[in-house]
Amino acid sequence: MRILCCVKRVPAPGAKINVTDDGMAVDAAHLGFTTSPHEECAVEGAVQLVEQHGGEVTVLTLGSGEASEQLRYAVSVGAAHGVLVDVGSSDWDPQRTAAALTEAIVALEQEQPFDLILFGNESADSGGFQVGIRVARALGRPVVQGIKGIEVSGDGSAAGTVTARREIDGGFEVYELPRPCVLGVKEGLNLPRYPTMKGRLASKKVEIPEVATSAVAGGQQRVKLHRPEETVSETVILGHGPEAAPAVVDVLAELGVL
Amino acid sequence: MLLVILDHQGDALTEAGREALTFGRTLAGRMGVDVEAAVIGSDASALISEAGQYGAATVHTATHELLTDYGPDAHSSVVEQMIRELEPDAVLACGTERGNEVMAHVAARLDAPFVANCVDVTPGDSWTMTRVQWGGSLLEDCALDADVALLTCGLHAVVAEPGDGQEPDAESFDVALTDADLVTLVRQRVVMEAGVTLPTAPVVCGGGRGVGSAEGFSQLEELATLLGGRVGCSRAVTNLGWRPHSDQVGQTGTRIAPEIYIASGISGAIQHWVGAMASKHILAINTDAEANMVVKADWAVIGDLHEVIPAIIAEVSARRGS
Repeated sequence: MRILCCVKRVPAPGAKINVTDDGMAVDAAHLGFTTSPHEECAVEGAVQLVEQHGGEVTVLTLGSGEASEQLRYAVSVGAAHGVLVDVGSSDWDPQRTAAALTEAIVALEQEQPFDLILFGNESADSGGFQVGIRVARALGRPVVQGIKGIEVSGDGSAAGTVTARREIDGGFEVYELPRPCVLGVKEGLNLPRYPTMKGRLASKKVEIPEVATSAVAGGQQRVKLHRPEETVSETVILGHGPEAAPAVVDVLAELGVL
Repeated sequence: MLLVILDHQGDALTEAGREALTFGRTLAGRMGVDVEAAVIGSDASALISEAGQYGAATVHTATHELLTDYGPDAHSSVVEQMIRELEPDAVLACGTERGNEVMAHVAARLDAPFVANCVDVTPGDSWTMTRVQWGGSLLEDCALDADVALLTCGLHAVVAEPGDGQEPDAESFDVALTDADLVTLVRQRVVMEAGVTLPTAPVVCGGGRGVGSAEGFSQLEELATLLGGRVGCSRAVTNLGWRPHSDQVGQTGTRIAPEIYIASGISGAIQHWVGAMASKHILAINTDAEANMVVKADWAVIGDLHEVIPAIIAEVSARRGS
């Protein structure tokens, strides 16, 4: 199976995000960076499929030269190749991002198409919820979002299907897509592995080719980023330790949930 | 005209559908136009009436033998056909998994921009909107240049409230679907649990790393069951394998909106907070009085959750018994 994962370098989730003085970007000065969480699971899912069915995983990103760090990380956990669309440090709008990725994928597929392309459901930072869908439609392939389970029929090559599970409130929906297809996956698909020593060595040696793009700006443009107003709430301390239980239950009774 | 795509379950609007109409009423007021609504896969009169109560002047219903269950291609095809025929100035859905998915497909079909998870929208010659980034811990103001504004409002960005409540005009919309629209229809629907679920639970008992182990959640389970609620947890807990990912509350998990969220042993990292912040009330139980969750809560108990929760369970049982 030839599988492509599209990933994004983002500040590590959990950190407090500050904005630059001009409001146009996240202040990266004191931030650690990582692969967007859904996409870390996409890479793990792709590596697991290749372990079952054979083949190889390619990882593609659009970003600054520093994003090659996330491509190397993917190689350290089992991907074979990493490809960078270097667009400098500015954030591109969703239409432009999708157009550039589509262009890169068409170039990578000159000899053979990918059987499966995985995106994260949405990026942890900009959260546009659309790049994977735009790419899939541009390539003329079916796509489903919110996927937390993937099964591949046959040996994974050429014709066949992909069965994908999407979690919904109280259960899941099952989709069956013909290959080649595209999935937007979510954290919970798996628990990503840690790099091995062998993987780390491979990631240092791997060459990261760069591809150029001619994509132009779309119709949504950033004016500025800002932090939401913090609602300051006065916390009422109901007590310390188990003695606080009656006061807690008074609150539950007051709210009508007892 | 503003066209609002309604999320519904059977013959009733979902809370997300009501939120979209509530958000849409404000937006249509600013645009100086009527709210019209679209219901895909049902023409039930109860649904049409409810859409009217929440402000829709006209409800367009699209029914088809292949629209009885969800499919992103089929649903987005219907919306595209409605845009071409009804020529709305803007199309709005609620930013649920489905809402964002359908609108992204529509945008790709029209090669138009799509702005997801707006919390504020100002129409005009050039539209500007404020949208959610980082699940809500950062906001982005952006400008939109488009023939038709394609938007979703952030889930729980507004509290759903009915409007003037007039009976709307009902219009049946003829749809044409192609084979390509049918590839992504749901093949099977598997129900794992009936009854109250995490996104709709009136009480959520959340546990974090402070719970200490998978077994430690049994007390939270007991309290949640007692209160007719559900157990939730932080990302740290699912990463440790103590709970399934479906229990995760947060940016990469579920957005909850209970009457009360009881957060035990949770520090309140931003990734968790954005999933919990739509809770109407929050009670934190933590040994650390300075924890972020304690600071942001309405009420807090400072102490070991493994002592406090059994005491709450005993107190609830005692009061119900008396």
